[in-house]
Amino acid sequence: MIGLVVVSHSRALAGGVAELAGQMAPDVRIAPAGGDGSGGLGTDYAAVAEAITAAGASGGVVVLYDLGSAKMVADMAAEEAAGDVLVVDAPLVEGAVAAAVAAQGGADLGGVADAARGAAGGSAAPPDAPESSVDGERAEVVLTNEVGLHARPAALVARSLAGLDAHVVVRFGEERADAASVLALMGLGAPGGATVEVSATGPDAAEAVRRVRDLAARDFDE
Amino acid sequence: MGCAAADVADALRAAAGVVAQHRDELVRLDREIGDGDHGENLTRGFGALVSALDEQVPATPGAVLKLVATTLISKVGGAAGPLYGTAFLRAATSVGDAAELDGQLVATALQAALEGVVARGKAAVGDKTMVDALTPAVAAAQSVASAGGDAAGVLTAAAEAAGQGAESTVPLVARKGRASYLGERSAGHLDPGARSTALLLRALVGGAR
Repeated sequence: MIGLVVVSHSRALAGGVAELAGQMAPDVRIAPAGGDGSGGLGTDYAAVAEAITAAGASGGVVVLYDLGSAKMVADMAAEEAAGDVLVVDAPLVEGAVAAAVAAQGGADLGGVADAARGAAGGSAAPPDAPESSVDGERAEVVLTNEVGLHARPAALVARSLAGLDAHVVVRFGEERADAASVLALMGLGAPGGATVEVSATGPDAAEAVRRVRDLAARDFDE
Repeated sequence: MGCAAADVADALRAAAGVVAQHRDELVRLDREIGDGDHGENLTRGFGALVSALDEQVPATPGAVLKLVATTLISKVGGAAGPLYGTAFLRAATSVGDAAELDGQLVATALQAALEGVVARGKAAVGDKTMVDALTPAVAAAQSVASAGGDAAGVLTAAAEAAGQGAESTVPLVARKGRASYLGERSAGHLDPGARSTALLLRALVGGAR
């Protein structure tokens, strides 16, 4: 499983981003490296190098950063590190969440990096989202949980679909989201009590829709 | 006559002194268009370097430059740590295990340092960074070195050109680093990174004599 490192000038910010992303990806190693090492704002080469080691995993490590010099420090540490380490230009909070969920779902180094980079776009649904294809599966799903498709439920949906050979789209009103993307699902803004439409295509379409229905029926284990 | 490891170490001790002496000026320059930590960070880094040199001076000029790199990378925060660290690391590699640095090797080392800074920071001339000081310094160094100048002569020319290069950053609008967030408001200020580069080169001249 891919590990993550969050580099920030602020110790609190790095820790907070790691905490937030970790909530949706309990098995992913997410190591924060924030601050100058002596309680102030800044970046600390040794701390970043240690975090890369701490997040070290068999498949590699993705490093996300906040501002300019954090990238330089991350680049240096990545060059010196053993194993595959990718420093990725992505929005820090959204990128970390998307990368963590992708890693939790078993994505490889490139897949996790792409998830982080793709986090800038928000809720855009893919243009080839299935409309009413003949071989598709679809279902109306009522969100009976309190928060609707909020962060944790969205992460559960995306994770439950990882590994299935199916393209799943969730529709809420006029908005559509690729169900593989936590951020896109959250971007729908579907609240508790709302009804969404889940449609899927591909060999595992039926299983995909069943999993989403099951999750909703269990109130996303809230 | 060239510079042996002990001469390089002396030059760096002189540089540490100059950095400490100009700490407040660098802090002020960086407060105007950056985050204000440049003077403090460099003073801490070079202070740690002097302590390391007091313990033991490495055997070759290249090894001394490598020690500077690793010390600055671990002790200087901000952008200056990785940038100066990369500069000294590349300079160290470029001189290999030569026992003494002559004019040509000093010019080679400066060229390698510039390439390292550009690779790390992705800045070009005119972006209002230390590249604006280092680029003319390398050109001047190469010119003197190819005319047969010694280490001191090469460094003197480099330092003079770096000083002018640093001054040239005053009217520029920053395109890299923290100052770039200020846009037009960054014009009218001397870039602290270019200033510290010029100060360091000038300080090194003394040690090369």
